[in-house]
Amino acid sequence: MQEQNLSKNNFEQCIKCTICTAYCPVVQVNPLYPGPKQAGPDGERFRLRDPFFYDENLKYCMNCKRCENACPSGVRIADIIHTARMKYSHHTPSLRDRILAGTDFMGKVARPVAPLVNAIVGTKAAKAGMDAFLGVDKHRTFPKYRFKGFESWFRHKAPDQNRFPRQVAFFHGCSTEYQHPEVGKAFVRVMNALGYGVQLLDEECCGVAMISNGLWKQARAHARHNVQAFEKTDLPIVTTASTCTFTMRDEYPEILGVDNKSVRDRIVLAEKFIFSLLDRGEVRLVFRKDFKARVAYHIPCHMEKLGWSIFTRELLGRIPGLDLTVLDSGCCGMAGTYGFKKENYAYSQEIGRPLMERIRLLDPDYVTSECDTCKWQIEMSTGVSVRNPILILADALDLDACRKINCGTEAE
Amino acid sequence: MDKKEYDVIIIGGGITGAGTARDCALRGLKVLLIERKDIADGATGRNHGLLHSGARYAVTDQESATECIEENMILKRVARHCVDDTTGLFISLPEDDLGFQATFVERCRQAGIQADIIDPEEARRLEPSVNPALIGAVRVPDGSVDPFRLTAANMLDAKLHGADVLLYTEVTSFLIENGTVVGVRTLDHKSGEKGEYRSRMTVNAGGIWGHGIAEKAGVQVGMFPAKGALLIFAHRVADIVLNRCRKPANADILVPGETVSIIGTTSTRIPFEECDHMQVTPDEVNLLVTEGAKLAPILEHTRILRAYAGVRPLVASDSDPSGRSISRGIVLLDHETRDGLKGFATITGGKLMTYRLMAEKATDLVCRKLGVEAACVTRTVPLPGSESATLEEAAGKIWAAPTTAQKATVGRLGDNAGRIPLDDVYSQSLVCECEEVTVGEVNNAIDHLDVHNLVDIRRRTRVGMGTCQGELCGCRTAGLLAKAGVCTRKAKEDLKGFMRERWKGMYPIAWGDTLREGEYSQWVYSEVLGLNED
Repeated sequence: MQEQNLSKNNFEQCIKCTICTAYCPVVQVNPLYPGPKQAGPDGERFRLRDPFFYDENLKYCMNCKRCENACPSGVRIADIIHTARMKYSHHTPSLRDRILAGTDFMGKVARPVAPLVNAIVGTKAAKAGMDAFLGVDKHRTFPKYRFKGFESWFRHKAPDQNRFPRQVAFFHGCSTEYQHPEVGKAFVRVMNALGYGVQLLDEECCGVAMISNGLWKQARAHARHNVQAFEKTDLPIVTTASTCTFTMRDEYPEILGVDNKSVRDRIVLAEKFIFSLLDRGEVRLVFRKDFKARVAYHIPCHMEKLGWSIFTRELLGRIPGLDLTVLDSGCCGMAGTYGFKKENYAYSQEIGRPLMERIRLLDPDYVTSECDTCKWQIEMSTGVSVRNPILILADALDLDACRKINCGTEAE
Repeated sequence: MDKKEYDVIIIGGGITGAGTARDCALRGLKVLLIERKDIADGATGRNHGLLHSGARYAVTDQESATECIEENMILKRVARHCVDDTTGLFISLPEDDLGFQATFVERCRQAGIQADIIDPEEARRLEPSVNPALIGAVRVPDGSVDPFRLTAANMLDAKLHGADVLLYTEVTSFLIENGTVVGVRTLDHKSGEKGEYRSRMTVNAGGIWGHGIAEKAGVQVGMFPAKGALLIFAHRVADIVLNRCRKPANADILVPGETVSIIGTTSTRIPFEECDHMQVTPDEVNLLVTEGAKLAPILEHTRILRAYAGVRPLVASDSDPSGRSISRGIVLLDHETRDGLKGFATITGGKLMTYRLMAEKATDLVCRKLGVEAACVTRTVPLPGSESATLEEAAGKIWAAPTTAQKATVGRLGDNAGRIPLDDVYSQSLVCECEEVTVGEVNNAIDHLDVHNLVDIRRRTRVGMGTCQGELCGCRTAGLLAKAGVCTRKAKEDLKGFMRERWKGMYPIAWGDTLREGEYSQWVYSEVLGLNED
């Protein structure tokens, strides 16, 4: 008789309740997408019969994982869909897909001529050209490259870091390096104020954009590199970007088949890390008296999947003078490189519409979110600026007072 | 009273009856097929769906082996859309005698079956779910066949060539004049009306029920019902048919069919009274899972969808009516020469696999009796739907870029998918989500394929045969049937019957995910849809 009470074949645990499809942001706006249940567990039975039954419309999946969050049976729906794409799709990544996936490479190329690149891609002519020749939608606003990246700023700070009694390793990710170094700077300041020194890693892009664009081999190489790099240290690996965190923890083993057991539990988002320090009474926070802001918190999809938004909410909730509204959970429609693509642009905007309307209505001083691509979508669609929670924390804390209370007299 | 005259009346709507009706119709005869229930309701629809290469019989029964391989190659040509050319492996496990393999291969080759010994490593590569402990493997041209679709396609072609078909109509007695069967009296179970149909020949193709049919004509056919139980696993565990390389025994064949896998079978003699009410016992389930896991260990952790059982129509040879010497071969009885009853023949024994040959033999006899000279063409003329060589080709002839639903329809109907309106959003919307059956396909069955209830629709479309076993599609199908003119009260009764029939198959294996699904279905029906039992 069968010994296991539940099927080991994950997709067979589906009992067809269809709640995943009710939660899928894509299926609501795009009739071409069959929806997670059909594309995932149902489609899998057909694909096992014959690859003929593979549906190229599976490319419309944004990999937001909302289906998996909703599933009461623990079916890894989005993983099934992504694995099917890897196995059966005849689509080969285009030049556009390769450019979008190469976040790290493009950053390195663009940085030395950042002002020029920013100026050119901002022009109507360049946008029209990219739309026509590459398939990058002309309505899209591009994040600006910075002339000076985070790592080169950090180089001057590095010697100080060893003076702190406790240490963390920081995975900054591509957008902190090339587009938003202020996030990394804020992280270092906050960690220092809590008595922690920051070390950098020999990191490569987490690979999420490669996964989304079908560059599986490259993504796997990045995953292996990062796991090996993380294995060289025992420090907690702290991040500020939710998608990188989620990718390195869950997508490496589930989609790419890269074993990360040796490092997975150490990869943690800054807000969760700081919250647990507070919870254990290991650090204390001192806030500025004059901080005041009306902020709306948008929970990114991958934050929902991690289940960690509670820590950000709790942490921000401790800031006196912060009027925090948590927005109804919903995808912004950007999904990394998805929203840049001409064929997805309209769907992307339609998916994000309810969220954008809510933000416009609320009209906060700014929105906060752990994900940079959500930031790009919200800023472009509403004109409201979006700040990483670590930036808010850095603004709200009385950093000097914090440092004194957490480091005693030893440091400075 | 309905009265009509035919050249030949065929009793039985299983694959043998449908095949014989088609063959007769293709040879220009005026045909009536009568079935007391629905098509493929008996043994035809309750077996492995294995497209034997004949290898299983090579050692014990060369004649059957030769018949199988010949029919195997014919069906791969003429019934492409019903057949899946998977190939098969005969594996030897450590407890098996590897010496049997040499005899097996030699006997296969004698029967004309290509049998190649392959390395266990190669076998593991070809079929990753095979028991990795195997010590030997032989590759043979086994495959799988969808018996419902095969029966429906034969029936459809018979009708396209002028045959009449009466379902849910039972032969109550024979019209016998001067020692000759000249027709039958019937009872229509739906309307309660009686009928009388005259013919020059009558063929009994009733499978195990042929025993009783023959008795009504006053002749004895010594049959012995043998029950075989099988389990359906919820997905294609293997892509290749897996057999044990030893003398045929219980639960030693695993067949990938459509979207599922089937393990079987057991073999138990049962009394005739049980043929219409078979239950699968816990012992049978236990045996099937335990033995099945020896072929593919993952079966121990794979969700089971259903358990079911069929009855083999075993025929005692006329020289030994005790039943000790049983033939599994084709039995064609000319009751004129055997019993002195003219105008009546029985075609039985055989297998799903050899139905075409059985039909050919029966039709040859009919033609000889009627003095008709017409050659059999079923060896070469493809069944409707089987014209294209591949799914891609069939789909490509109909649509430039087929959608998922259109692909699924082609997967079931082959070229016949082109006969169904499937271009607008409504007709492409799914009735059965697990098996991706569309509104267009269900309506086609209602309009053209002689269906009277939900179970009939299931046999022709696979509605309700997927993982959820009717949870989502039951009501939708009932709605479509009601739209086509069935009254609401009857549709509700029908739905109840359909769901009971689904539960009957789930009950013997109701644990784990299948039990969860069953509980959820019950909740949907009673709490969401308000369909409580009154």
